[in-house]
Formats: sequence, structure tokens, C-alpha cells
Amino acid sequence: MTQQFDGTSSYISSTELSEVVNVALALEKPLLVRGEPGTGKTLLAHAVADSLGMPLIRWHVKSTTDADDGLYHYDTVQRLNDSRFGDGDVSDIERYIELGPLGRAFDADERCVVLIDEIDKADLEFPNDLLHELDAMRFVIDETGREIVAKHRPFVLITSNAEKELPDAFLRRCIFHYIDFPSPELMRRIVSVHHPDVDDKLVERCLEKFYWLRQQPQLRKHPSTSELIDWIGALVRSGLDIDRLNRDFPFLGVLLKKEKDLSTLRRSG
Amino acid sequence: MFVEFYFHLRKRGIPASPTEFLTLIEALEKGLAAASLTRFYTLARSILVKRVEHFDLYDAAFAEFFKDRPFTHPNERAQITDELLDWLQEARFLRELTEEQIAHLESLDLDELRRQFEERLAEQDERHDGGSHWIGTGGTSPFGHSGKHPSGVRIGGPGGNRTAMQIAQKRRFKNLRTDQVLDTRQIAVALRKLRRLTRDGRAEELDLDGTIDATARNAGDIEIVFRAPRENQVKLLLLADVGGSMTPHSERTSKLFSAAHKAHHFKKFEAYYFHNCPYETLYTDMARRKGKPTREVLANLDKSWRCIVVGDAAMAPPELMQAGGSINYFHFNEDAGITWLRRLKDAVPRTAWLNPDRPRWWGSYTTKIIGDLFPMFPLTIDGIEEAIDEIR
Repeated sequence: MTQQFDGTSSYISSTELSEVVNVALALEKPLLVRGEPGTGKTLLAHAVADSLGMPLIRWHVKSTTDADDGLYHYDTVQRLNDSRFGDGDVSDIERYIELGPLGRAFDADERCVVLIDEIDKADLEFPNDLLHELDAMRFVIDETGREIVAKHRPFVLITSNAEKELPDAFLRRCIFHYIDFPSPELMRRIVSVHHPDVDDKLVERCLEKFYWLRQQPQLRKHPSTSELIDWIGALVRSGLDIDRLNRDFPFLGVLLKKEKDLSTLRRSG
Repeated sequence: MFVEFYFHLRKRGIPASPTEFLTLIEALEKGLAAASLTRFYTLARSILVKRVEHFDLYDAAFAEFFKDRPFTHPNERAQITDELLDWLQEARFLRELTEEQIAHLESLDLDELRRQFEERLAEQDERHDGGSHWIGTGGTSPFGHSGKHPSGVRIGGPGGNRTAMQIAQKRRFKNLRTDQVLDTRQIAVALRKLRRLTRDGRAEELDLDGTIDATARNAGDIEIVFRAPRENQVKLLLLADVGGSMTPHSERTSKLFSAAHKAHHFKKFEAYYFHNCPYETLYTDMARRKGKPTREVLANLDKSWRCIVVGDAAMAPPELMQAGGSINYFHFNEDAGITWLRRLKDAVPRTAWLNPDRPRWWGSYTTKIIGDLFPMFPLTIDGIEEAIDEIR
């Protein structure tokens, strides 16, 4: 293997995560990533694509998404319409076949990164329906009989929020990683990427408050990395001095999004 | 030693399959562990462990397995490097297979696994004899020829070894562990059968038959017909007996509940708790502090609802048959439990009762009476499927 992933200038990856990405790259198996919201699951795909110079193909899964949507779509309505109004050659079915995200990745002339985002949003059977295509990296377009075979096995990254259990047969074929919430040290590096010019002491104080907040059991939704970044941004723009931060909790609304959490915290002081 | 490690994990309750084990071997062959135990820790976890709930189990098993290995003693460093190297050098592991281990593999009835092992063994012998040992291909492996460690390449050996132990011993994933690992999938699949699809709402799906029909009527002039997509009309009410004799069954009950909560396909879904028998109040929490009048709940139901009651139906006869018979001394129920159950049956005729006790214990007086009122099934996957067939 010649290409190694180790984060990018804007995406700080933990050693463990980089190692797992490299394992998945080398074994050519899909990588399933789980983790709290806001730990950068989706961004990971962008980072891998950026750092290895591979094109990124995104596939955002919704509750109505079918496994076949990822392979190809046969636009019958367009063909019907063309036959009615005489536009183009309707006998050429190939013209009405549109490849889906996986299909495009298989068909591409270079190795791609395919992001299957939030796979657990789809139907229970969705992952099972994809098993064969992810394994063999090939499929047949029934309408034309053309077989799409992956020229280069794409790097498939799958994210899940664990809303639904995924089937065992599917899990067996994946490499799995759980993105743990960043440790304060890692968080310091992440913050410095986004806010390089902020005073160290201020960052230190912010992190202290942030991790304290995350430990409050009565909160229903704990703030995540992206909220911390926004919060520090808000503090910087308002030109706040560190003394105020020592005394109270300004711009709490940036960190806590639920009305109930805000009032709970205010009450407890 | 790899095989030992694999069986150790399985013994500790990590359901790693032989296929996954072979993937790990493949990864090691590609030199992905790079002679570092820390990397091996991550590598093996990413391939063998697919649920966060098992991470803690893995950490514990990993620490346990490597704790007593000789190379953890710092004064045996020289040996550490060699042994670790041997260990991580996949070539050796196959020869380590003893008769016992092969027998063990066979006892799993995994002929396929064994066949693949032998294939690989043969393949490796060839490569070995040929002198072009796998090490060197693509420059990915840090190993030198014939298992010796070339100078110049640093090994994370002892150091890495300790780091991995530290990581494993920290057991960071402890709070993610649920000793009851929810496998709600089977239940969810069973619940999915509970649906009645009808077309209702906005017409946004192409009706192919309708289009062909309309087009033919138009003498070939195309007319496209749309129709509403099919939607599930089933509403589900779930009632569960909690506390007392139901405590031993709480795991299965909560699995059913969590599967039903996660099923998005019901048009409406409500769940309540009761103790032994439902009376005038149904509770929204398991501690039975917050409640809702049963009359109100029943008033909002109609024939399109289905109801599943989970309970052992075994209680003292007065609890079911008499006014004031509630098990709670401070609670006086004006209507007997059976009256409330009949009202439930009137409101939702399609009600099934799931009993966590085994059917041969369904002999108690109250169980029989309730069994006459509602069809009763055991709380198993099969039982749930039968119950759903019944009320569908």
C-alpha cells in the first residue's frame, strides 16, 4: 500500500482513527464509523478524499432510500416523454440509465471515496440489500444487461448513529471504528486548527468549562465539538476578556440547544 | 497464539466470526500491525469487534490475555522483542497450530475454516521455499528476511506493548457497556409484519398500470397517472406488567419495548406500564409514578389500533376478580381488574397477550381466565410472530 492517511491540516485525526482508516484502505473493506453526533464522522470522508487526492462521492441515506438507488436509476418517465414528443433515440435504453453514487464509483477511472452517510436512517433491510454489491463490487443493469465492475475498489465509508441495529452479516464485512469523544489534548489541537490566533489561556479556560458542562448528568443534549468551536468563535468576536469567562457562562445558548437544558443549568447556578 | 487469542475473545463473549478472524490474518499478512502491540490492539478491534457495547469486553479480554505473557516483564526485554516479533510475524502462527487446536476448530463444525487454513498453509510454504518471503512486497512490512529484525527499523515492541496494555487497562469504553446487549433486530423484524398498507395522502407515486390503462383509453396519447404511496395504518398500544414476578423477565420486556419504540413504521405508538393487572391508571414510567387515566387512554383508541399486553398473568385471584383487590394496599380499585381488561378488549378487539413464562406454567387460575379473554402467546420470537399473525 502506498497511500497512508494521517488527517489533514483542517481535520485532526487521532492515531487510532488513522490506523483504522489505513487498515480499511489496505484490506479494501468498507469502514463503518459510529460515534456521538459532532465527532466528525461525515467530515472524515472529506478528509480522506482530500489527503489522498481521491474524488469523493456522497450518498446521503434517508428513510425512503433503497439499496438500488445507489447503483442506478432507470428514468422511464423521461423515456416515455421522449417517445411521446420525439426527442432523441428512445431505442437506446442506455441513455436513460443514470448511475447512482456506488455505480459512479465503480465506473470511475480512479479510486474514489464513497460516503454512505447515516445508513441507519434507511429501512431495516437496506444494509442486507447492499451486501453483495459491497462484497463483489459489481452489479448488472437489468435493463441493458451491461455489467458494471469496479475498476478500482472504492474506499467505502459508512456512518451510523446507531438508531437501528445493523444486521450481523453486514457488520462482519466491515471494519469498525467508534469515534470516541476527543480528549482535552486532542481537542486543543482541533481548536487551534479552527482558531489559530486565540490566546492559549482563554482556550484553556473554555475547555475546562466545556468539559465540565459535558459532565453534567442532568443535561439532555450534551454539547459537541462543533458547538465548542462556534462558542469560542462567538467569544472571540465579542472581544470578551477572560475575567468575565471566569465569573459566568456567556453565550450559553451556543452550547446548549434545548430550552430545558438552559433553564436547568441556570437554576443550578 | 493468534488462534488462542481468537478463542480467548470468543470465550469472553465477543461474537467474532471465523470470517472476521481470517480477515485479521489477512491484515497481519499485509503487515498492518507493524510489530507493535498497540497497533495490533487497534487492528484486531476494528476487525473483530463490531459493537461499541463490546469494546469494554475486548479491553478486559485483551488485558487479561497479555497480562501473563512473559514479555510484559521489563527485565526480559531482549526476549520481548524476539517473542513479540515472532508473534506478530504471521508466518509462525500457522505452525503453532497443535492437534488440539485443530480439533477445537473442528468441533466448531467449521470445515470451511479449516480448508482455508490448509490452503493458506500450503500457499505460505511455497512462498517461503521460493525464498521470496512475503516480507518485502510493496515495502509495507517492517520485517526483514527469515524473521530476523533488521537493524535500522525501530520496533515499537516493548514500548508499544505497554502502551496497548495501558490503553486496554484504562477501559475507556466502560460506560458504553450494556451488559444486556440489545439485540432488538429480530424483534424489530417481527414487528414489521404488523402493518396494513393503504393509499392515503398526496399522489406522488407513478401508477404504472393506471398510466398504461389511461394511455390505451386515450388511443396511445400518453397520460401519466399518479397515486398516493402506500402507508402503514396500524397503530400499536403496548402495555407491560412491571415489578414483582415480572422482574426476572424485565430484560426481554425492555427489548420488546425498545424495538417497538425504534420501529418507525407505526402510524401511532403508545406504551404504558402497570403492576400485575391494569386498573383505572396506566403509567408512563416503569417506576409507576406518572400516570394517565385508563379511561382517557381507552377513549382515544379505535378499531384501527392493535394492542399487545406483556405480563405473566399470574396473580392472587382477588387482584383480578374483586373490587379493591389491587396488590397495592393503599390503592382501592373500584372496578375489578377483569372489568378493566374487558373494557380494553371492547376498545381494541385485536389484542394479544404475551406471557414470558413458559406455556407449561400457564396453569394458574388468573392465567386461565385471562387466556380465555385474550389469545396468549409465549414471549419469544416465535410467540411474537404468532401474536402478530393473530392481531394483524
